[in-house]
Amino acid sequence: MVKCEFTGLAAWVVQRAGAAYMLCFAIFALAAITVHPRPSYAEWKAWVSSDAMSAGIGLFLLALLTHMWVGLRDVLLDYAKPEGVQRASLLLIGMALLSVGVWALQILVHARA
Amino acid sequence: MTSRARPVFLNLLGIRLPVGALTSIGHRVSGVLLSVSIPFWVYLWGLSMRDEQGFRRANELMAHVVLRVVLVLFIWALAHHVLAGIRHLLSDVNVGSTLRSARKSAYAANLGGVAVALLAAWLLW
Repeated sequence: MVKCEFTGLAAWVVQRAGAAYMLCFAIFALAAITVHPRPSYAEWKAWVSSDAMSAGIGLFLLALLTHMWVGLRDVLLDYAKPEGVQRASLLLIGMALLSVGVWALQILVHARA
Repeated sequence: MTSRARPVFLNLLGIRLPVGALTSIGHRVSGVLLSVSIPFWVYLWGLSMRDEQGFRRANELMAHVVLRVVLVLFIWALAHHVLAGIRHLLSDVNVGSTLRSARKSAYAANLGGVAVALLAAWLLW
């Protein structure tokens, strides 16, 4: 069931588009930190919770988690041998990724509250 | 010993992988390493966002020796994953598919990842 989600061309596109976006975002974030190193807490919080950055981070999280899902799923499909183990590990990874997503989203929402 | 004798014991250390295979398995290994590290980065980000005290604690953690070693390893994984990933994207559009250029870009990805990690280590110390 889990296996049927996100396969073939859709998975391929999600993996590549997410990768390209994450690379752009990482370069932007690295540049921002280089231009303005060692921010204070207030500056850090204001930057992260601004509308533009929140949107950028939210999209980054979506790209990251879907990219991780496609990649980890590929690895499990190749190496997790008995089918039962494979199904269980896919389910486990899927739930772990969802939890990380909820957790990260909570941090973002809390910062903006 | 007859030449028909099949090798029963594989000497794993004796197997020489072609450079492209190293890039490829490195892409997977680095991807798994990056995935494993994600919960920790989310934790650190959450800590830094919580309050003044958490922010200071997150900065202290980042300055810790163990974490700096972890960070260098993370940066190697990220650099290799990105470089090998760009190589994959290029081969999607059929750039660098000849054996000669594929071997060249494989060396570039493998050495580039290590170079970025060394640069990061130098900057962090």
